[in-house]
Amino acid sequence: MVQLLLQMLEATLTSLRIFLLTLLFALPLGIFVARGRMAKNSIVSSLVNAYIMIMRGTPLILQLIFVYFAPYYIFGTSYDRFTAVIVAYVINYAAYFAEIYRGGIQSIPKGQFEASEVLGFSRIHTFTHVVTPQVIKRIIPAMGNEVITLVKDTALAQTIGVAELFRVAQNASARQFSTMPIFIAGVFYFVMNAFVAKSFDKLETKLNYYN
Amino acid sequence: MQIVSVKDLEKGFDGLGVLKGISFTLNKGEVLSIIGPSGSGKSTLLRCLTQLETVEKGTIEVCGDTMVTTDDKGEVLYSPKDILHTVRLHFGLVFQNFNLFPHMSVMRNITEAPVHVLKKTKAEAEKIARDLLVKMGLEDKEHAYPCHLSGGQQQRVSIARALALNPEVLCFDEPTSALDPELTGEILKVIKTLAKEKMTMIVVTHEMSFARDISDRVIFMDDGLIVEEGKPEDLFNHPKNERTQRFLQRYE
Repeated sequence: MVQLLLQMLEATLTSLRIFLLTLLFALPLGIFVARGRMAKNSIVSSLVNAYIMIMRGTPLILQLIFVYFAPYYIFGTSYDRFTAVIVAYVINYAAYFAEIYRGGIQSIPKGQFEASEVLGFSRIHTFTHVVTPQVIKRIIPAMGNEVITLVKDTALAQTIGVAELFRVAQNASARQFSTMPIFIAGVFYFVMNAFVAKSFDKLETKLNYYN
Repeated sequence: MQIVSVKDLEKGFDGLGVLKGISFTLNKGEVLSIIGPSGSGKSTLLRCLTQLETVEKGTIEVCGDTMVTTDDKGEVLYSPKDILHTVRLHFGLVFQNFNLFPHMSVMRNITEAPVHVLKKTKAEAEKIARDLLVKMGLEDKEHAYPCHLSGGQQQRVSIARALALNPEVLCFDEPTSALDPELTGEILKVIKTLAKEKMTMIVVTHEMSFARDISDRVIFMDDGLIVEEGKPEDLFNHPKNERTQRFLQRYE
């Protein structure tokens, strides 16, 4: 039992690495995707729109398989499974984040942009000091949803053979002829998400100093 | 001394003419009110001056800097970016619905532009801001956030924010339209004080008695044109144009 828990803890670290690395790259990448989606240039915006449609319109598990196996079929080379997981998750989540960012940016009243313009702020200053802080406050609930989903989606990494938490629990279940390890894994996910939810609550409270 | 000169300004939205050839000048220290029915182009005119809209024809000069001209072929020529930036800072604009930055304190709302645009030090900017807050009767509100202020207080903060950049001309776009009559009084008092201090101002307003009170000159606009222009006592008491008469009758 102790050994099983240790194994699961170790696998949880893999899940957490997937989780954190995905956020690290997908959060900023989403900004560029959102900007591309809102670009005045119709070629750019329709290309980015197509990318978002594909990412949202096909299963993540399929994207994962594609990202890992496509280079093998095209170039005849294979690469690290863990890297493939990160790449697949980042491009998938960046698309979702981008749409949340876009919704947030477009919900900022036009007057905020106009006031910034009249006061002589540069575009960059307006984006970083006027728009972004207000967007963050507005998108927190939607981002909370997405980030919680990401914690659970890390379980899909086993599809291409990465030994994350759920894979280890499933293997243990098969060995012991018991579903108990899987339920224990469920508790692990629940605890991780309790932390995520709590952090988002805290952030929301912190930004409640204005309406 | 003449500081604003506008000539033959034209502007349309989707082919629909909103300004159909506006010309006027403004002298230093003068208070100019623009009145007229909704949709007559008053706000659009202010928005063209403050570069929130681009013009389609005409010339605008401010304090010797040319913002936009039109050549013989009718091509509109805007000046290079750095000149436009300078011209932009000649104007301050107070919006109908304040447009304060909700995530910034009153102090930061006022100091943000002086610090980041005029590159003043934080201490300098805060000193200017405190003086302005005293003038606006809001000296105890510097740490407050806009959502904790009444509409009248918010509008006074936005006037302070505009004044902090020390503009040559302060423009008001229906500054009291979002306020109840009591709060309207607060704002009108502030604008009156500024008028006494010889601040050059352009005020778009529906407050006729106020316009009559503070203005050196009044422009009546209708359907994208200046219909009548004159001293407040002449324009309000003896309007020459039939359209002006009809409009003013409603306010008797």
